[in-house]
Amino acid sequence: MPTFVRTDQCDGCKGQDKVSCVYICPHDLMKLDKDGSDTGWAMKAFNQEPEQCWECYACVKSCPQQAIECRHYADVVPMGGSVQPLRGTDSIAWTVTFRNGTSKRFGFPIRTTPEGSIDPYGHKPAADISKIGEPGVFTLGGVQKPGDASELIRK
Amino acid sequence: MAGEFGNPEIVEEEVDILIIGGGMGACGAAYEIRPWLDQAKAEGVDLTVKLVDKAAVDRSGAVAQGLSAINTYLGEQDPADYARMVSNDLMGITRDDLTYDLGRHVDDSVHLFEEWGLPVWKQPGDEGKPLVEGGKPVRSGQWRIMINGESYKRIVAEAATTALGVERIQEHVFIVKLVNDKNDQHRIAGAVGFSVREDKVFVYKCKACLLVAGGCANIFRPRSVGEGAGRTWYPVWNAGSTYAMAAEAGAELTMMESRFVPICFKDGYGPVDAWFLLFKAKAINAFSEAYMDTNKALLADFPPYGQTKVPPSCLRNHLMLKEMREGRSPIYMDTVTALGKLAETMTPKETKQLEAEAWEDLLDMCIGQAGVWAGENIEPQKKNSELMPTEPYLLGSHSGCCGIWASGPEDLGAPTSEEHPEADKIPAHLPEGWNWGYRGMTTVQGLFTAADGVGASGHKFSSGSHAEGRIAAKAMVKFCIDNKDHRPELDATVEDLVEAIYTPVRNFLGHKDATTAIDVNPNYITPKMLQFRLEKIMDEYVAGVSTLYQTNAHMMGVAELKLEMLKEDAEKMRAKDLHELLRAWENHHRVLCAEAHLKHSQFREESRYPGFFYRMDYNFVDEENWKCFVNSIYDKETKIWTCFRRAHVDLVDKSKLFK
Repeated sequence: MPTFVRTDQCDGCKGQDKVSCVYICPHDLMKLDKDGSDTGWAMKAFNQEPEQCWECYACVKSCPQQAIECRHYADVVPMGGSVQPLRGTDSIAWTVTFRNGTSKRFGFPIRTTPEGSIDPYGHKPAADISKIGEPGVFTLGGVQKPGDASELIRK
Repeated sequence: MAGEFGNPEIVEEEVDILIIGGGMGACGAAYEIRPWLDQAKAEGVDLTVKLVDKAAVDRSGAVAQGLSAINTYLGEQDPADYARMVSNDLMGITRDDLTYDLGRHVDDSVHLFEEWGLPVWKQPGDEGKPLVEGGKPVRSGQWRIMINGESYKRIVAEAATTALGVERIQEHVFIVKLVNDKNDQHRIAGAVGFSVREDKVFVYKCKACLLVAGGCANIFRPRSVGEGAGRTWYPVWNAGSTYAMAAEAGAELTMMESRFVPICFKDGYGPVDAWFLLFKAKAINAFSEAYMDTNKALLADFPPYGQTKVPPSCLRNHLMLKEMREGRSPIYMDTVTALGKLAETMTPKETKQLEAEAWEDLLDMCIGQAGVWAGENIEPQKKNSELMPTEPYLLGSHSGCCGIWASGPEDLGAPTSEEHPEADKIPAHLPEGWNWGYRGMTTVQGLFTAADGVGASGHKFSSGSHAEGRIAAKAMVKFCIDNKDHRPELDATVEDLVEAIYTPVRNFLGHKDATTAIDVNPNYITPKMLQFRLEKIMDEYVAGVSTLYQTNAHMMGVAELKLEMLKEDAEKMRAKDLHELLRAWENHHRVLCAEAHLKHSQFREESRYPGFFYRMDYNFVDEENWKCFVNSIYDKETKIWTCFRRAHVDLVDKSKLFK
C-alpha cells in the first residue's frame, strides 16, 4: 500500500536543512537517491520498501512540493482510486477520487492553536518535591479523582 | 573519526535517566519530568535526561497517523468503574491497582491535549467550552470521546519536545539492547543502539531507564502478503522492542499469552468502533442476520464475563467466528441501514455532515481504508463494507494485557505478599507483592516502563499511555534522588556490544562475494525472509488466521522446535545497509516476543480468550485453576524461559457488573 514520488515535482528538498519525507517516515522507508544509482533519478526521494508502508501519509502530508501520493496496494485494491490531502496549519483538506471517476472533498480542523505556540508549563504550578513519593502528577498536586473509597474492598 | 559501514563511530554518553521510545508514553514522561528535575536541582541533585527515538517524535509511535477518538476519558465516572470495565473486557485477569491508578489520572492528560490545541468534539451548546471547565464531549461509548485528531501526535510531540528541550532528544537512533549492571545483574546500567542515518553506535549509561518502545505487530503472517503486507492494524514499526529488551534484561513479564485480534473493515483494517457506537450500525452475515443477536446464547458459556451489557472484545469475535466457521460469510458492517436510519430525521445539510464524519473516522487514523473504499467504489450510505478479524497482535494498551510486571501504587490495598499456592515456584529474587517502591518500575532495579510496556492492565489507549508515562517519569526522578551516589557500570565491554549490534553487517560483508545474487547466499538470511519464516510458523502452529485462531499442545510443540532453529538462524541475518540493520534488530525483537507468546500459551492450559485464541485441547475457561497471572522470566545466557503463576485478587468488587 505504498506511497510514490512524482519525478516532476520532487526537488530532493534542496536548500532545506533536511529531506522532509526521509526525516518524518516512522518506518525509515523514504530514501534520497543522491546520485541516481538506486532509481536513475538523482536527488529525488523514493520509497525503498513499499511492502512495509503503513500508508500513514506522514511523508505525503509533510512534503513541501506535494510530490508524494499513494497508489493503494496493488495486491488488493482495484486501480484508479486515490486519496490525497492538503494539510495546512489549522485544517486539512482531502480529495477522495473513486475508481468510477466520482470524487468527494472533505475538510477537517486539525488544531485550535498556532503551530509552535504551546507553552507547556504556562499557568501550571511547580512540582511539590514533598509529594514525589505519592500518587499524582505535578499539575494537580495530588490525585485527580480520589474516587469512592468504599469501592476499594481490600483497603 | 567519522564512521563507515562496518566500522562505526562509537558515541558514549552517561545520563541519569534514559527514555527509550517517542510515542505517547515517552511524550508523557518528557512532559512530566521537567518540573520534577527542576525541584530535584533545587535540592542539590542535578539530573541529566536523554530521550532516544528510532524515528522522529512528531510522527512516531502508534498515534503517528492520528486518531479520531480518545478511548479513555473518565469524566464523571469513578476509577473503580473503569477498573471493572478493563477487568471484564480482559476476562477477569488484570491488576486493579494499575488500572485504578491510571483511571484517576488520565483525564488530566486529555485536558492538556485540549489546552495544547487538540480539537475535541462538544455537545451542542458547549462548543468552545473546554473539558476542564465542564464542557460536555461527544461520547461514542462509555469511555470514548470524539476528536479531530489528524495532528494528535504532532501536538503532543510539540509539548513534549518544548518541555524537555531538543538538546535532550536524539532521533533516528534505534536502541536494541539494555545492559545490566556489572555489580548487580538485576539492575539496569545502560542501553546500546545505532543510528539509522549515520555509521554510529550509541552506548548510554544510566541510573534509570524508561522503556516505552511500543507493542508488537508482524509476528503472525498478515492477511495481505504482497505489497499490502505493511497494512497491519497496529503500526508495522512496533516490533515488540519493549518486551524483548526487557526480557533479555531479566525483567519479569506477565500475561504474554494475551493477544489482541481486532475486528476491522476488511483489507484496509479500518476502525469499526465509531460505526458500532456512534452510528449504531450492526454487523451482519451474508444472510443479513445480526450475529450478535442470533448467537447471543454463546455468551452464557463464559460466566460471568459474557453477562455484562458490553461483552468482552474476545467474545464478540467468538460470536463472529461461529458465522465464519459455519460458512455464513462474508460478514458485513451494515452501514447502509445505519446511515439511512440516521438520515431519516436529518436535514440534507446534517446528512452531509454525517457522511463527512464517517469518512473522517478513516481519514484521521486509517487512510488506507479510505483507499480501499475509493478503489472499490464504496460509499458507506450506498454499499456495505466487509468485516474481518485481523492477525493477532501483542500489546498492553488496547484490548490486550501482555507486558512487563510493574510496581503499582501503595495506597489501594494491593497485595504485599504472594498468595498463590504455587508461590514456591516463583524465582526467589523476584518481589512478592504488587508494589516494590517505585511506581512503574519493573523487577529490574532502575528499569521502568509504561503504556504498552505495563502488562496485566490494558485499555489505556493514547491518553492512558501518556498518563502512565507521566506517572513513571515522576517515580524515576525519585529513584535517581534516592540513588544519587550510585555509579552504573556496564556488564559488557563496549567492543563486545558493538560487535553484537553489527553482526548482521559482518555477516553481509564477510560473505557477499560468494554468490552472484545478493539475496541468495548459504551463509546468511535476509531480515525479510527471516520475518516471513517467523510469521509462517506462528500463523500455522500458534493460532494465527489460517487455523481460525486454533492450536493445541502438539502444534505448539512443533512451533517450539521450529522457533529454536529460527532463533539460531537469526544470528545469521544480514544487513546490506543501515536500513536492513534496523530490520534485522526489529526481527530479533519479534522472535523473542513470539517465543514469549508461545511459552505462555503452552503453560496456560485453558482458552482464556475465546475469539482471540483457542487451545482445542483445553477449549474452555478454567476459573478454578487459571484465574491467575502467568508470568515469566528469560535467562539471556541459557536462553531458557521460566513460567510461573501469581495469584489474582480483586481490589474492587466486580460483582457490580452483573447486577
